[in-house]
Amino acid sequence: MTMKKPFAITLDPGSSLANKTGAWRTERPVYVDRLPPCNHTCPAGEDIQGWLFQAEGGNYEAAWRHLTRDNPFPAIMGRVCYHTCEGACNRAKLDTAVGINSVERFLGDEALKQGWALAGPEAENGKHVLVVGAGPSGLSAAYHLRRMGYRVTVVEAGDKPGGMMRWGIPKYRLPRNVLDAEVARIAAMGVSFRYGEKVADTAATMKALGADAAFLAIGAHIAKRATIPAKDSARILDAVSVLRSMEGAEPPMLGRRVVVYGGGNTAIDVARTARRLGATESIIVYRRNREKMPAHDFELEEALEEGVTVKWLSTIAAAEGGQLTIEKMVLDAEGKAQPTGEFATLDADSLVLALGQDVDMSLLQCISGLVTADGVVQVDPETMMTGHPGLFAGGDMAPGERNVTVAIGHGKRAARHIDAWLKGEVLAAKPERPLAEFGRLNTWYYSDAPGTMRPVLDLARRTSSFDEVQGGLNEDTALFEARRCLSCGNCFECDNCYGVCPDNAVIKLGPGNRFEINLDYCKGCGICVSECPCGAIDMVPEEG
Amino acid sequence: MTQEVKFYQTGTFTVGNRLLDEGQRTVQASVARSNALTSGHRACQGCGEALGARFAVDAAMRATQGQLIAANATGCLEVFSTPYPETSWQLPWLHSLFGNAAAVGSGIAAALKVKAIKAGKAQSEVRVIAQGGDGGTTDIGFGCLSGMFERNDDVLYICYDNEGYMNTGVQRSSATPPGARTATTVPLGPNPGEEFGRGKNVPLIAVAHGIPYVATATVADLHDLEAKVEKAMSLRGARYLQIFVPCPLGWGAASCDTIRLARLARETGLFPVFEAEHGEIASVTKIRHPAKVEEYLRLQKRFAHLFGAHGRPDIIARIQGIADKNIKRFGLIAEEVAP
Repeated sequence: MTMKKPFAITLDPGSSLANKTGAWRTERPVYVDRLPPCNHTCPAGEDIQGWLFQAEGGNYEAAWRHLTRDNPFPAIMGRVCYHTCEGACNRAKLDTAVGINSVERFLGDEALKQGWALAGPEAENGKHVLVVGAGPSGLSAAYHLRRMGYRVTVVEAGDKPGGMMRWGIPKYRLPRNVLDAEVARIAAMGVSFRYGEKVADTAATMKALGADAAFLAIGAHIAKRATIPAKDSARILDAVSVLRSMEGAEPPMLGRRVVVYGGGNTAIDVARTARRLGATESIIVYRRNREKMPAHDFELEEALEEGVTVKWLSTIAAAEGGQLTIEKMVLDAEGKAQPTGEFATLDADSLVLALGQDVDMSLLQCISGLVTADGVVQVDPETMMTGHPGLFAGGDMAPGERNVTVAIGHGKRAARHIDAWLKGEVLAAKPERPLAEFGRLNTWYYSDAPGTMRPVLDLARRTSSFDEVQGGLNEDTALFEARRCLSCGNCFECDNCYGVCPDNAVIKLGPGNRFEINLDYCKGCGICVSECPCGAIDMVPEEG
Repeated sequence: MTQEVKFYQTGTFTVGNRLLDEGQRTVQASVARSNALTSGHRACQGCGEALGARFAVDAAMRATQGQLIAANATGCLEVFSTPYPETSWQLPWLHSLFGNAAAVGSGIAAALKVKAIKAGKAQSEVRVIAQGGDGGTTDIGFGCLSGMFERNDDVLYICYDNEGYMNTGVQRSSATPPGARTATTVPLGPNPGEEFGRGKNVPLIAVAHGIPYVATATVADLHDLEAKVEKAMSLRGARYLQIFVPCPLGWGAASCDTIRLARLARETGLFPVFEAEHGEIASVTKIRHPAKVEEYLRLQKRFAHLFGAHGRPDIIARIQGIADKNIKRFGLIAEEVAP
């Protein structure tokens, strides 16, 4: 089309769209998904940023489904997980870490309230796997294997499921109705449970069941003993049996003055349990100082609030009648406790040893190829397979930190590798995505929003009942907390790149579809990269 | 203890926000934005002026339902957007001379007024903006601008302030800041770069005209910028908006730092962001995360002579003094509220 033109004008007006400024570019922006530090540290391999993204929108069921892809126990996790994720959270460098654990608990409780069911297998694959032990690791493996289509039989020596979640963790931290409800969901997927049956011969049990592989997760239930010279009259118990007997009809008789020997979380659990059972004095004796104590500081803090006291730098040299002999210790240059030869006495109605637990190796003796070292069964850390082909192991009986979340992670990893092994495949380790570091964030864009505190039971009830100490968030506070997530390294569709491009060279693809660079016009200025709040765009040199 | 969940925590200051109603997101977040200055323009990589112009004109287009005419001064904005016979503008757009954009705007507004009266309407639905750089506004076009203000012509004048004549090779303008190197303020002698005590503050001069609306904004805070354009377009009469637009080429800055520089200009207090109505300061945009001028200056080669072995910490301190004075004068830092 030609127009009637004014004087001295010879060309029709055209659009600058004809001018492809993309030719100027020497570098191009590329959208990436980096690994958020929370996901990176999660022992259970949860996609935390992923489920928080759903929760931010109030899509709690979608968030819960996303979470349970990796971990079937959000309500338990939200109570007992030591949340290393929060320790790694980038938001801690701005104000306080996102309360991931409290949002997880909210989602877990919401699921129980709404009765959401775990997704079962899409199809049965006809194979059968034996799981020995119904603790966190065994249950996690059973859940993942069942989702993949395996028949799963869990054989448990005790009369109830849960392992240390039931026999070790006190009710005030994990109410049993929560534990029962989350385990029941796994049973509802079609996992078979057999209780009260100790597997003495794994091969025979597998044969009887027709199982193609087995996952061993028998835990570590034998209390370590210390050689304390003691007269018969001294009342000495161990932490494992004390905590276990809390599940029975008769609470243990500990008396009014209880001394707990040890510095781990179990020692604290026993000391707090003793207070609730009516002990007027509950004293922890630990050979090193607070900095060296393996127990989590927040648990110690809660115990101190409840009136538990600690004798630091002390060992128990002897026990006789109602009296203990305590030796003072000093830390040497390497931080090891050394005796001083100074003694004192301490009155005690009972002494509870909380010095760690061992694995019951007697069950494993008849299995060929099994390698044990340091009191645990050695496994390939990548696959969780023991020296015996087709036999996998995890949880407290395998090397690693002993806590519920690590055990759940073991179960998940083992399930994947059992699946691969049965298919005759080798599961190649996925290359880990580069970490979403704090330095890549443009934090100016995030609103100031300090963290939300969880309600805590009042102290009077904490020392007189086994009611749950830590409360949960309600929907408002959980939503607020979820929205504090910075979405490190993963696009959350804030439209910044789309808005800040001076060349209109970012194409918005619509909700859920993110963005695309229009390379015809992108000049490669890099503003989108600088202004991306969450560091989800890389600048890469053009080739040639 | 609970805080109200009124926004998406990670997106309050971002361009868009998937969890907010469409109406609360910026114009720039919408695929329906007019892209008044579209792709293919010849502005340098990371041009702050191209960005500022699209932000402002798109917002004005939305405020007027697309009933908008623009008059444009000579300068980068005109040169890079409209090399004959192409144009990047997607609205009626006129270019005349370097110094007369305000007068052309006044003329268009007068013509529209006559048309409206002839059509039996009280006022024109079609609105007018005039725009230019700081050279065409604070120096060359200043007489026309002041005239437009004192007659209270129905024009929004937008000045894209990049602190110099960039199109012609980075010469000093009356908006060039003290200490800055340009082709005409060389970094030599005891007072390197632009001298202290020169230049003028056109936003405050506009306030002194008592016109209905004067505002400043930066390309670093889109919500603030768009709100000001919208406010301006809701009013009649002479209005003035000065937008701070970093120039990677003229300032010797990385192209990816354009918005960062604009943000720092505001957060240091060097560029006070405020609104005034009828001669009175009406509101001030507070500094969110205070920064020292050094952080801002270091990113720009035009201030490179202030750093290094032969640096001039005394001059940096004087520049910090300007920022501190602005903070005090405009109240840029929120007072601690007693609980």
